[in-house]
Amino acid sequence: MNAPEMAISVRGLTKVFGDRKVVDDFDMEVPKGAIYGFLGPNGSGKTTTIRMMCGLLTPNGGQGQCLGYDILTESRRIKEHVGYMTQKFSLYEDLTIRENLDFIGRMYRMKDRRKKVDQALLDLGLADRAKQLAGTLSGGWKQRLALAACMLHSPQLLLLDEPTAGVDPKARRDFWDEIRRLSARGVTVLVSTHYMDEAVQCDALAYIAYGKKLISGPAAEIPKMIGLSTWRVDGPDINALEAELRTTPGVGQVARFGAVLHVSGTDAAALDRAVSAQKKRETHNWKRKEAGLEEAFIYLMAGASDNFTEFAGKA
Amino acid sequence: MFSLARFGAVLFKEFVQMRRDRVTFGMMIGIPIMQLLLFGFAINSDPKNLPTLVEMADTGPVTRAVLKGMETSDYFKFVGTVTSKQESDRALREGSASFVVVIPANFERDAARGLRPDILLSADASDPAAASGAVSAMTGIVQVAINETLTGPLQFAARAPPPFSVSIHRQYNPEGKTATNIVPGLLAIILSMTMVMITAVAIVRETEKGTMEALIATPVRPMEVMLGKIIPYVFVGYVQTFVFLVAARFLFDVPFTGSFLAFFVGFNLYIVVNLALGFLISTLSKSQMQAMQISFFTLLPTILLSGFMFPFAGMPGWAQAIGSAIPATHFLRLTRKVMLKAGSLPDITGDMSAIAFIMFVIVAVALMRYRQTLD
Ligand SMILES: Nc1ncnc2c1ncn2[C@@H]1O[C@H](COP(=O)(O)OP(=O)(O)OP(=O)(O)O)[C@@H](O)[C@H]1O
Ligand SMILES: [Mg+2]
Repeated sequence: MNAPEMAISVRGLTKVFGDRKVVDDFDMEVPKGAIYGFLGPNGSGKTTTIRMMCGLLTPNGGQGQCLGYDILTESRRIKEHVGYMTQKFSLYEDLTIRENLDFIGRMYRMKDRRKKVDQALLDLGLADRAKQLAGTLSGGWKQRLALAACMLHSPQLLLLDEPTAGVDPKARRDFWDEIRRLSARGVTVLVSTHYMDEAVQCDALAYIAYGKKLISGPAAEIPKMIGLSTWRVDGPDINALEAELRTTPGVGQVARFGAVLHVSGTDAAALDRAVSAQKKRETHNWKRKEAGLEEAFIYLMAGASDNFTEFAGKA
Repeated sequence: MFSLARFGAVLFKEFVQMRRDRVTFGMMIGIPIMQLLLFGFAINSDPKNLPTLVEMADTGPVTRAVLKGMETSDYFKFVGTVTSKQESDRALREGSASFVVVIPANFERDAARGLRPDILLSADASDPAAASGAVSAMTGIVQVAINETLTGPLQFAARAPPPFSVSIHRQYNPEGKTATNIVPGLLAIILSMTMVMITAVAIVRETEKGTMEALIATPVRPMEVMLGKIIPYVFVGYVQTFVFLVAARFLFDVPFTGSFLAFFVGFNLYIVVNLALGFLISTLSKSQMQAMQISFFTLLPTILLSGFMFPFAGMPGWAQAIGSAIPATHFLRLTRKVMLKAGSLPDITGDMSAIAFIMFVIVAVALMRYRQTLD
């Protein structure tokens, strides 16, 4: 029996499409009430993993529980208590906003359906457009409607697949406020995202690349776990400097943020040597910096491409 | 557990979507009417004044009465005489004549003596629509001629059996389909065409648009989805059939001689088998386009091998074997029996068992293939 405070606990999840292992021996533990971020480059297997967790795909290997129910045999029970927001818009474009929400409400056999739908429409600010066809909404509004739809039945676990893609900053902020409120009430949230500003809002993160989990842990600790040291540099003619640094030994990666470069490497001593050589020229301002998530993920993605060539060679 | 509420929600949603999709909806009602009008008018235009040749080896009052009757019926227009079988055959083959009437030698004498000589009406039946009206008018014409001419001393000969007979020789199309014969077949084809395609497309649309993912992420059961999606189309089938039968009756005078109950039972079975086939196709296709193509693929043998287009008995063994596996073949027979041959339930049990068997196989395969996942 699993520790009861785990909302998701899966081990060794594997999914094969054709002869490609799309998810490979994936483990994940998400405590109840946590906000758990799920990151990884395009095509790394995030959507596939989430689908296996709520019973939409049958794993080729592995096992686990969601909300205490077995993902292999009790997906029906899981579906009752999970709100899943698909990556692709999956409400009916030829139904109105209200009809869509109402339909979802009926699927969960909600008793106070009408009240909940009205409330959701008010919260969304779509009450006066309730009769509009969902297909005629703008991309961001579709996203917000889909989110409201998957929360309608007050699920204990939310599986959100890139819920804020294409959503404006204000709405994203509102969305994260709502997520934190739900989390405080004990709702568990697993959210996949490509945004760093969203990743830092999570209690914990998992990073997946080419089907394999590379790292997971509390958001703040991930850069330390990787062991990156980072320098921040700005000054004149930053383009030339960037090009030069990219070929300098000891420099693992250079990331550009506007007029600023973040220069990192895993070998701190080698990086420091390279930086001291630069500092002597006194052309730029160098400052040591704590490695952030951004650097960490850029580092992971660079590693993943090695992972990919290996992968591609096998396929 | 099966939830009526969820099933009802799927059903309602499907109706709303159907109502909003005006084009498809119009097509579902429009197709049967259009087909019926096209086929029906082609058949029932009941062409008049068809070129007719006479091969006359005798002449007299009876002959004249028959020929006059034919001419006044407006179906036949005499365009000349021929003297040999080769000549008349050539004319029929070339199409310069649609009919050849052959009055045999000693016709008048034999008729008076009660030897029942034969008038031969050779018809170019390669276009059954063209020939059928005229051919069926022939019997009446002959009867009138008999009553008119065989009076007085010849009165005795007018009693049954008639003093002479008409042999009708249909060339190029032995079954000689008639309007009424084609209409029941058309119903089988139209139902098959629309039911299979619309169901298949409606289900695949959910997969293609991605709405299936959200739908099956809810606790909805496969059965609720399946029934909820199929039943609206049963109603569409009802509407189509109703429209079709009413149009057939009032526009084309197609009779309905048999038992409505028998028809109703058989017709429901046929609708369900087609919906099941549509469902099966939806499990085989990844896109609406594919679903459409596979549906069309099944439509071809339905039209060609069911006995709709060509007489079933005239097909080679292998074609009959394939034809027997097609639901339309049996429904077509069933409908002809019920509509035209005054059939009732006992007459159609064989056809219904065949449809039921096909349905059983299709449903079994469909359920085996249906997954409540995205795999
Ligand atoms: N039904 C399927 N059949 C075959 N291959 C699939 C299927 N679904 C996904 N894949 C493949 O599995 C891999 C992982 O896909 P997945 O959608 O899980 O990635 P992702 O991490 O969600 O990517 P993104 O960030 O772009 O959403 C991809 O290479 C994809 O092509
Ligand atoms: Mg994805």
